[in-house]
Amino acid sequence: MSFTVNGALHDPELDPDMPLLWVLREVLGLPGTKYGCGIGACGACTVHLNGEAVRACQVLAGDLDGAEIVTIEGLGTPEAPHPVQAAWIETQVAQCGYCQSGQIMQAAALLAATPAPTDAEIDEAMSGNLCRCGTYPRIRAAIRRAAHTAEG
Amino acid sequence: MSLRKFTRRAFLVGSAVIAGGVAFGVYTVRRDPENPLAEDLPEGAATFNPWVLIDAQKVTLIAPHADKGQGVMSVQAALLAEEMDLDWGGFEVSFGSPAKAYWNTALGDDSVPFRASDDSRLARVARGGADIAFKLLGMQVTGGSTTVPDSFDKLREAGAMARETLKAAAARRSGLAVADLGTESGAVLLPDGTRIPYTELAAEAAAITPVAAPALRDPSAWRLLGQPMQRLDIVEKSTGTARYGIDLAVEGMVHAAVRLSPHRGVVLSYDDSAARALPYVRQVLQIPGGLAVIADNSWHAMQGAEALEVEWAPAAYPPEQAGHWQRLADSFTEDALDRTWRNDGDVQAALPADAPAAEVLAAEYRSPYVAHAPLEPLSAIVRVDDAGVEIWSGHQMPREVQKAAARATGIEPEQVRFHNHLIGGSFGHRLEPEFISHASAIANQLRGTPVKLIYRREEDFATDFPRHIAMGRGRGAVRDGQVVALDLQIAAPSVTRSQMGRLGIPAAGPDNQIPAGAWNAPYAIPDFRVRAYAAEGLAPVSSWRAVGANGAGFILEGFLDELILQAGADPLAERIRLASDPVARGVLEAVGKMSGWDGVLPKGRGRGVALVESFGVPVAEVVEVTATEGGIRIDKVFVACDVGPVLDPVNFENLVQGGVVFGLGAAMNCEITYAGGAAEQTNFDSHEGMRLYQCPEIHVQSLGQAAKIRGIGEPPVPPTAPALANAIFAATGQRIRELPLYRHIDFA
Repeated sequence: MSFTVNGALHDPELDPDMPLLWVLREVLGLPGTKYGCGIGACGACTVHLNGEAVRACQVLAGDLDGAEIVTIEGLGTPEAPHPVQAAWIETQVAQCGYCQSGQIMQAAALLAATPAPTDAEIDEAMSGNLCRCGTYPRIRAAIRRAAHTAEG
Repeated sequence: MSLRKFTRRAFLVGSAVIAGGVAFGVYTVRRDPENPLAEDLPEGAATFNPWVLIDAQKVTLIAPHADKGQGVMSVQAALLAEEMDLDWGGFEVSFGSPAKAYWNTALGDDSVPFRASDDSRLARVARGGADIAFKLLGMQVTGGSTTVPDSFDKLREAGAMARETLKAAAARRSGLAVADLGTESGAVLLPDGTRIPYTELAAEAAAITPVAAPALRDPSAWRLLGQPMQRLDIVEKSTGTARYGIDLAVEGMVHAAVRLSPHRGVVLSYDDSAARALPYVRQVLQIPGGLAVIADNSWHAMQGAEALEVEWAPAAYPPEQAGHWQRLADSFTEDALDRTWRNDGDVQAALPADAPAAEVLAAEYRSPYVAHAPLEPLSAIVRVDDAGVEIWSGHQMPREVQKAAARATGIEPEQVRFHNHLIGGSFGHRLEPEFISHASAIANQLRGTPVKLIYRREEDFATDFPRHIAMGRGRGAVRDGQVVALDLQIAAPSVTRSQMGRLGIPAAGPDNQIPAGAWNAPYAIPDFRVRAYAAEGLAPVSSWRAVGANGAGFILEGFLDELILQAGADPLAERIRLASDPVARGVLEAVGKMSGWDGVLPKGRGRGVALVESFGVPVAEVVEVTATEGGIRIDKVFVACDVGPVLDPVNFENLVQGGVVFGLGAAMNCEITYAGGAAEQTNFDSHEGMRLYQCPEIHVQSLGQAAKIRGIGEPPVPPTAPALANAIFAATGQRIRELPLYRHIDFA
């Protein structure tokens, strides 16, 4: 079994029942993807699986063969942030920031599929991602900013 | 780390002070705790006070207040950098080591039985006494929205002291007078334009006695403060590179998960055969109050913990939720009276017990237990060996981390090294040291091996010490279109005694958190009484963002709204008429203008207003809702508050908006209820808070008129619930007197 994470090929020996979340965090050393609830209720572990935003706590290692996974670390870097990350920085969205990896991955998937989302589409796409600090007004603003920037 | 006997002795003195006024030596009180940076100071490095460290490579600023998302790492650094003339980001920031030197100088303000606006001599003496107690205790704590009031002068003075000492070093080197030197971008500037970077002056400055008490700059000269600044952690938090306690790794560590008593008691019996049968489970250990499973990674440890069969001793509190409400209802007695906190006029004459029902309005309000539930679950890495204990985690009371680890391991607190880290939300959760105790107890059984403990989300909920439950009974009267009498009784467990008890700090006397937000209401109602009753035998509770003002504020502002409407008055106009101090009146008038209060809304829409003061900050909020077919939709929220000068307007707005979302979410659908002695809500599917699609427009204004600078982390939360309930009444005619509101009405 092999899969790619942020473009790098991996074929580790894994417990097939282990969620992708823990594979990323503790086997591959990518702790940017966060554990929040373990039941798909908070969205903190959102990553891209074959281009779709998924909850990494709900994807099992045994189902990863051939998968292409992108995590927050692969989306962009501090030196070269993805446009969504740049919008997050510019808007100063984060408070505690613990949910923001998931928020950003969810928003990046939304904008990849829908480059100019309506307010209703933003609400629809982002409501599975909980932010306990309540940064929702800035999340909305950052998504609009990123959409705007992409429009050029 | 050297042994400091002074710590222990002062702690005992401090306890006695808190417990009830034992005399203490002036010398002990005046003496400032030693600078922790001076210990093991490397050759060539300079420290002028506990907040500034400079060596030949870099300037390091110490930000001892924990950053759990409120942005205080940046604010503390900005206060120092402003006076030091450092470029933003031209320094490193460290949370520092636990130390008495970082005692919180603002904690005393809100721990005395005087209103925040009371500047009488008696109030000042009491605050001074409380400050001495906290100094002697070495209470390094992030809480009570005190970071800004604690740091505002102290850190600017520390920065100015560093700047002037560096200038003195440059003067000595150059032979010029200090008065001829300036500072700019982390360097001393000579009259000929030569720049000497601070790092080059470190070794010389270290030999100079720090320049004491230099004058602070006038706010008009500020370069950083008062302007929007980019948070120092914003890039890391936007790129997945920020490292929270849960993300850390230490060479050779094993992973642990725990099963702890959901009843807060002991294990009666257990069967670990299923857990041990799992191939990846290495060990099952007994720890106080539960069991721990050791495995090769966190997920496997969690699977092992879930496989344990445990019989727990029953809870010391009522097993069923109805029993908790009953205890509160039974607590309105003379015996349980904690204190009569307010007694203006003559309530007994205005509201006689035998008054005809038509002349007195009466109602009962309820505020539930609520979980803290920050998004980062509790976690810690602990290593115990012969040299002592080393801990990596995030905590609001670093010295309590040392004490908790000491209790769990039998090793002296002075031998516990604690590395504080970014915290993924807290809301008061990380004031509690239990998770440190548990991780330490595990590591103590595996001496030499670092142990990383991560709580399962379910464990985090089940063992949380929630926001305290409260019940309020109000009676009141109106006359000639005005509210003239109000008698409130509030029953709740004492959160202060519960929390301090777990820390081993005796807290005597009435608990101002039972009536907080009600007794200190800035209203001049002619006959106004607030009595607090301490309910015993309930679930252990802890500080939850804004603490007592949530429950008592909901009770007061909901019932006051009923009285105002009974009088036929306007909810905002009558509150303004009743407002007894100019700051409170100012925020009410401001929120009225912001919200267009006098404008007429169509049928099915409504506005509600509430004013609650917590931690010295009166906050007025207007909530606007629409009753849709799918339920209540919150359209807009307007917030007017006053903290004096705002140090970072962007972070300020973010914190206030976040407080509104947090408070509204809790008011809508968050509660902890007990069944069979355990919390019924154990994950975000049953304790959800607000989702993005439910988030209203939130408009924020701070008036900047208050005389004393205050913090804004907590005060926006308490007015949310009553303002929302009052808006729902305006839109639907349904008066809801119990939180969370979804027990009575649907939300869209």
